[in-house]
Formats: sequence, structure tokens, C-alpha cells
Amino acid sequence: MTHALKRPDFDLIAGWMKPGESVLDLGCGAGELLLLLAERGLRGWGIERDPGHVLAAIENGVNVIQSDLEEGLAGFEDDAFDHVVLSRTLQTMRHTQQILAEMLRVGREAVVSFPNFAYWKNRLAILSGRMPVSEDLPYQWYDTPNVRFFTMLDFESLCADMGLVIRDRQVLDEHGALVTEEHNFLGSLAVYRIGRSGS
Amino acid sequence: MTERSSIGPVEARRVAFAEPFVFAAGKALPHWELVYETYGRLNAARTNAILVCHALSGHHHVAGWYADNPKNVGWWDNMIGPGKPIDTERFFVVGVNNLGGCHGSTGPASINPDTQEPWGADFPVVTVPDWVRAQAKLADHLGIDQWAAVVGGSLGGMQALQWTIDLPERVRHALVIAAAPKLTAENIAFNDVARQAIITDPDFHGGHFYRHGTRPQRGLRLARMLGHITYLSDDQMAEKFGRKRRAGAGSYGFDVEFEVESYLHYQGDKFAGIFDANTYLLMTRALDYFDPAAPYGDDLAAALASAKAGFLVISFSTDWRFSPARSREIVNALVKNKQPVSYAEIASQHGHDSFLMDDRHYHAVVAAYMANVKT
Repeated sequence: MTHALKRPDFDLIAGWMKPGESVLDLGCGAGELLLLLAERGLRGWGIERDPGHVLAAIENGVNVIQSDLEEGLAGFEDDAFDHVVLSRTLQTMRHTQQILAEMLRVGREAVVSFPNFAYWKNRLAILSGRMPVSEDLPYQWYDTPNVRFFTMLDFESLCADMGLVIRDRQVLDEHGALVTEEHNFLGSLAVYRIGRSGS
Repeated sequence: MTERSSIGPVEARRVAFAEPFVFAAGKALPHWELVYETYGRLNAARTNAILVCHALSGHHHVAGWYADNPKNVGWWDNMIGPGKPIDTERFFVVGVNNLGGCHGSTGPASINPDTQEPWGADFPVVTVPDWVRAQAKLADHLGIDQWAAVVGGSLGGMQALQWTIDLPERVRHALVIAAAPKLTAENIAFNDVARQAIITDPDFHGGHFYRHGTRPQRGLRLARMLGHITYLSDDQMAEKFGRKRRAGAGSYGFDVEFEVESYLHYQGDKFAGIFDANTYLLMTRALDYFDPAAPYGDDLAAALASAKAGFLVISFSTDWRFSPARSREIVNALVKNKQPVSYAEIASQHGHDSFLMDDRHYHAVVAAYMANVKT
């Protein structure tokens, strides 16, 4: 299970899905999650902007559609997918609310994972006067693709503002182990399962 | 392209069908012929065959060269050959000259058995579904029940798409490159100007120029010049020609003053010297008519619902004749149906003609997809 070693959030994400369901993976990279989901009998499509990743995904034999998420998901029908996934990508996007709304337009349910800026090591880095660099925030401030820095509390507050319902939440430390208490302090990576209110 | 990586010397073949071919437009050919080429070897199970559909001015000579004319290299030789994206070490590749063509298949210059004269303007108007049916007859002749893939750029991509709709059991994969699910009004308008250039040429003689021993070369030249402009990109023309003047220019007249004019005249002349005017009319008309969604209430997803193929759709950033947005219409329809599809938008300088260019990333995408096509 090399996937699981590299991306512990993938196992969580896959655990929320059933064989036969359809998935749209936003920012799918080389299609690692889609490969894992295909092994488990799901039907998946990925969206990816980077030409090199698109090529790698095609090499991996997954369905990949080259497109820029910042332009939204126009062209995809309402309720087209059972699940829409945005793993470790929300923090790189400018149109945060738009993409969340789009995910829950084309998908029955959305899964979002992101690095938690409030992780204690990140707090410690800031306290010692430096921007954090960690397993889940593995960039220097000047070369990071991340444009949004937010915490679990911030994200949950945005969901409340947007009327999105958090159905499930799992939090991992930087070694990929489940965190069971003090999530916003001990959690390095947060994985949320979200639905629309009233559905 | 080096000699070593090319398929090498190839020969065209011909197959004659004794039964009539009835066109969508109603007319029929009592008997008909197709000219084709093949590269690589058909495996014992006959599961590794690839059909390469040709574009507007295309033909069967897709790869390799002719022993008696080594300079006549196939039009997609950079894509097809040993170790190339469409690898002839793995696949058996078939190139075909469509019905209505002017490179050996039955077309307007062929003899109409009723009149013992060339068909000329009386040749049936041909559609993309007609071509698919004719190509299926060729597949039967070659003993190919199912293509591993049907591949095409531009009008060829439209044929690949039509294959998946009309004969879904016979296509495992479709590569639809620089294509669109139907033409826009602007596209049809360009085609009409091209056709008018031909039809109004005094040497056209209502399409029966053969009996006058002449050809509407001026019209054909204009049609090709217009087409050529639309297949390039503004950036590419600026880069290639800019406003460069020809040596000795400066006459303040209407002779060739700019390099771009010289280039277009050369391309127009070259084309007018070899291509059949009636074939050009037929091919552009087939483009205009192509609209597989029309019988399904203009719902492309409904048209594609029966398709069983996996799809690779490719567009090029500077292609304004068949823009990336048009390819996305195909992709979105397939996703709506939950059908397998990958889509790459290739950053390219060469406009619509990019699909013929030797672009490393583009070829890598095709090679990656083809590597997963099982034989």
C-alpha cells in the first residue's frame, strides 16, 4: 500500500465511498487517489491543470481532464457525481468559496483535505519567528503554491457561513496517525466530509 | 524525422467492392473502391488494428514513404512508426483515402458507369456517417471486427467520434484530436467562401471541368489560401512572417510585397496543382453537415450514450477554428454519461495545424494513452 504510506488521507477518503459510486477528484495530480478508488471499484475522473501531471495521469490509465479549477466546474451537470474530492488543494486556490459551492453543485457530497495551520508545530514556528515548514506544509514562504493559510476552526466557520454541513471529520498528525483529541492543536492534516444543508 | 524511425517504404493498396454503396443523401454508387495503406502487422487475434481517419485534404498515405518517391513522406509520419506514439511495433495501422477523395478511392474524377464520363458535380454528396460505413467495409475486408482505436485530427476526429456512435461494438478507443462536435456558423461561412471561390472560377464548368480538359485552379488556390489562414494562429504568422517584405519589394502595387503573401501563394499553388476541386467541395460539405447530436434533439450526451469506447480528446490552445471549448463540449458530454475520457489541452503556437506538428508534449500524451491500449 504505497498510496497509504505517502497519502494517509487517501485511505480515509476512500473509506467514505462505496464501490460503484462516481468521484470527481479536483487537482488529481498523477491520479494516485483515482487509482486507489478504481482498485476499490469506484468510477473516477480527475481535473488537473498542470500538463506534466495530466501526462502522468494518462500514463497511469486514469480519466483526467485538463482544466483550471479557478475557472470553476462549468460544463459539469448539477449532481453529476456522488463525491467530489479536493485533497490538499483548497489552500492553493484563490476562489475558495466558489470552488466549495461548485463542488456541492456537481457532487452529492464533497471531501476536502487541507494542512491545518494551527498545528502545534506551525504555532511553534511562528512563535519562534519563522514561517512553518512541515510534512503537510512542505514549502518555504517564497516558493509555496499555497495562497490561503487557515485553520480547522477557520474552515468550520466558513462552512457554517456558507450553510454547508460537516458530516464527518478526521484529523491526522504529520506521521499520518489519527488524532483523537485537541484536533486543531494536534492535527497537521484535516479531512472533512461535507454536504449541503437540508440534504 | 530520421529514416531509422520511419516505417520505411510503403505501398498503397486498393480494394474493390462489387456491391452498391448507398449514401445518406440517397444516391448510390453501383460499385466502388478504396485506396489504403497498412503499417505494422495484424496480430493473430486481430485485436491490434488502428484506423487513422484523414482530415480535409488528407489521404491514405499516413506514414513511411514510397520507394519510387522517397520525398513523399506520409502526412502523420511523426506520429506513426516504430517506437512512435502510435507504435507500429505493437499496432497494425490502417490509413484510408475516403470515398469522394482524389487519391485513388472512388471520387468525382472516377468514371460514372451511366455516362462513361467522370462523375464531376454528379458525385453523391458524402457525409461523415457515409465514410464510417465505407471504412467498416474496409475493416471487414481486412478481417478486423473491432479497432483497438480509431484516431483522427480535425475532420478525422469527427470520423472517430462518429465511429463510436454508429458502430460502438467495433471501437475500443477513440482519439479525437483538434475536432468539434459540429461546426460553428463562422466555420461554415469560411467553408462557403472557399467553395464559392471554386464554383465561380470560369474553369469550374459546373463541376464538369474534366470534359473541358481544364481545372479551376484559381478557385482552388483561393480556397486553400483562405483555409490556410484559418488553420494557423495570428501569433504564429506574426512570428514566422511578421511584416517582412520580400527582396525587391516597395513597388506600391499589388504584386507580392510581403513574405506572408508569398507563403500563401506558394501553399495555394501547390495545393491547386494536385487536389480535385469537386473533392474539396465534398469534403468541406461533409464538415458542414457533421452534427451527430442533431438526431438526438441536439443532445450530444444522448448521441454518445451508446458509445463503448474509451476516449482521448486533445485540443490546442491557439486553435481558433476548432477551439479547446469545442473539445470540452465532447468531454463534458462523455463525463455526463460517466464514460471513460481523458482530455489534454496542448499549449501550442501553431493553431489548428498543431495536430500535425512534432510537439514533444502532445506526442507524449498520445504515446501515454496508446501504451494503455490493450492489444
